[in-house]
Amino acid sequence: MNAAVVVNNLTKKFGDFTAVDSISLKVETGEIFGFLGANGAGKTTAIRMLCGLLLPTSGDGIVAGHDIIKENEKIKSSIGYMSQKFSLYPDLTGKENLVFYGSLYGLFGDRLKVRIESVSELLSLGEFIDRPAGSLPVGWRQRLALGAAILHEPKILFLDEPTGGVDPVFRRRFWETLYKLADKGTTLFVTTHYMDEAEFCRRISIMHRGRIIELGTPGDIIKKYNQPNLQETFISLILASDNNG
Amino acid sequence: MGKIVTIAVKEVRHILRDRRSLFIALMMPVLMTLLYGYAVNLDINNIKLAVLDYDNSSESRELINRFYHSGYFIQSQSRPELSDPEKVLKLTDAIAVMIIRPGFSKAVIDRSEFQVGMLIDGADANMSSAASSYSAVIFNQFLISQMPPETVIPGVTLSLQVLYNPDLKSSHFFVPGLVAVILMMISALLTSITIAREKETGTMEQLLTSPVTPRQIIMGKVIPYIGLAILDGVFVYVFAVWHFGVPMIGSAVLLLIIGVIYIIASLSLGVLISTLVNTQQLAMMAALTATMLPSVMLSGFIFEIKNMPAVLQVITHAIPARYFIQVIRGIMLKGAGLEVLWPQAVALMIITLILLGLAAKKFKIKIG
Repeated sequence: MNAAVVVNNLTKKFGDFTAVDSISLKVETGEIFGFLGANGAGKTTAIRMLCGLLLPTSGDGIVAGHDIIKENEKIKSSIGYMSQKFSLYPDLTGKENLVFYGSLYGLFGDRLKVRIESVSELLSLGEFIDRPAGSLPVGWRQRLALGAAILHEPKILFLDEPTGGVDPVFRRRFWETLYKLADKGTTLFVTTHYMDEAEFCRRISIMHRGRIIELGTPGDIIKKYNQPNLQETFISLILASDNNG
Repeated sequence: MGKIVTIAVKEVRHILRDRRSLFIALMMPVLMTLLYGYAVNLDINNIKLAVLDYDNSSESRELINRFYHSGYFIQSQSRPELSDPEKVLKLTDAIAVMIIRPGFSKAVIDRSEFQVGMLIDGADANMSSAASSYSAVIFNQFLISQMPPETVIPGVTLSLQVLYNPDLKSSHFFVPGLVAVILMMISALLTSITIAREKETGTMEQLLTSPVTPRQIIMGKVIPYIGLAILDGVFVYVFAVWHFGVPMIGSAVLLLIIGVIYIIASLSLGVLISTLVNTQQLAMMAALTATMLPSVMLSGFIFEIKNMPAVLQVITHAIPARYFIQVIRGIMLKGAGLEVLWPQAVALMIITLILLGLAAKKFKIKIG
């Protein structure tokens, strides 16, 4: 079985509130999977469960070959996570940040050095790597954050709105990098609000009020609802779902 | 272990790069010591004394001299036209008025009965009780000096002696307590802020997605602050000994060992606070409230625990500063060792273990 992520009826309740309501999905190895949904749909909660940060209330799943309930600590070594918040230390330089995160994943010495060089080449970090991370322009920070997340060559990379607040050129370059990673066999699990980005994904799921209401390739979904593009499809789906209840 | 070191190294970088916070962390204890050392001064001296001397003899002048040279009394505003002692108290800045009627010197020589009047303003209770006890002592010393050397004083005399702080200097009493208050405050404040900062900026989430356990994160982040707190403790200690002349009779090593336990308790409290709040600002306010007030009011730092209402006395048992203040005073002023201070040391260890356990447990659940 070479699926990177498999979840069945995954549910998370916070008290009376059901943040994630019995979702099931499967992501193949090397796939770029778009995880869409309106704000508050439960995407971040779902990702946290997949990353082993949060235990589900019910349901089960396997990520990178590990059980998300029993082996959530093992999952952490096999995945990379880039959150929507800027998650590097602003007072440390880019390199210090990379060294720090690399060491947490057990990289050290020559191996760490080689990985930092390779990541910095892939992301064209150049001389930005020696500046305090807090002083970098937003686009460069995001690249650096991606660098920190892929240093240990994770099998699966979770990206939670990785391109928020970044200009279109940076976003395009960022996605080029993601494609390179996918080509090398990394599975990418991406949340985004940009529908043009969603169309870069091989398959997408659309989540609303904790449930997955649609799942398939962007083309199939657009065709199914007879809309001009993904943006209109997304909006009409969410509105229709709201009206139904 | 390697990961703890990695996190600790990163934390040291944060501490060293943030020069302003480092400066505050190192200077605040010294400034606080200075402020508290001088402001919280319960020594009563410079009591303003007026004298109405109607005897005007060498004996009366000798008595007056003894008062003014005691270090406790100074001359009040001079208003020679006033002859009513009550008016002197009301109209001048005098706190006490001594009235020596004619016949004083004769009575001293004859050993006959005589009363010297002493009128004390009772508005400030501390000041007036100090004034009355000081004047009694000075008066007795005067009487003894006036007796011929061969006189045998019949009966029992009271020999009053003050132990441990013979100068009765309140700075000797307060400054060691200050070490306890400052260590508690600084340690809890700095750790709660540094952890809250990672939660606020989102780096904590990033850390937790990597293969490190919450325990490793806490350890790595807290260890550098043990060093910083010890440095602060040494600063305040040196300041106490050099500047305020607080004696150090006991073992510095024992003080350091128990001090480290106390610091760990304080740091754990900081970690515990940081699990309950999500912003640095809240962390700061919570840490100050949780440490400052109890450590100052309920630890015996200023107010005697045995004079507190029973309910408060029970509460003081949960305040780590209570035990450390007893330890540091015991070691510095009395030279006490572990044979005396073991109950305090054990109590501190128990509190430390409870706080550490709670912090570790809470930290795990909260990030879920």
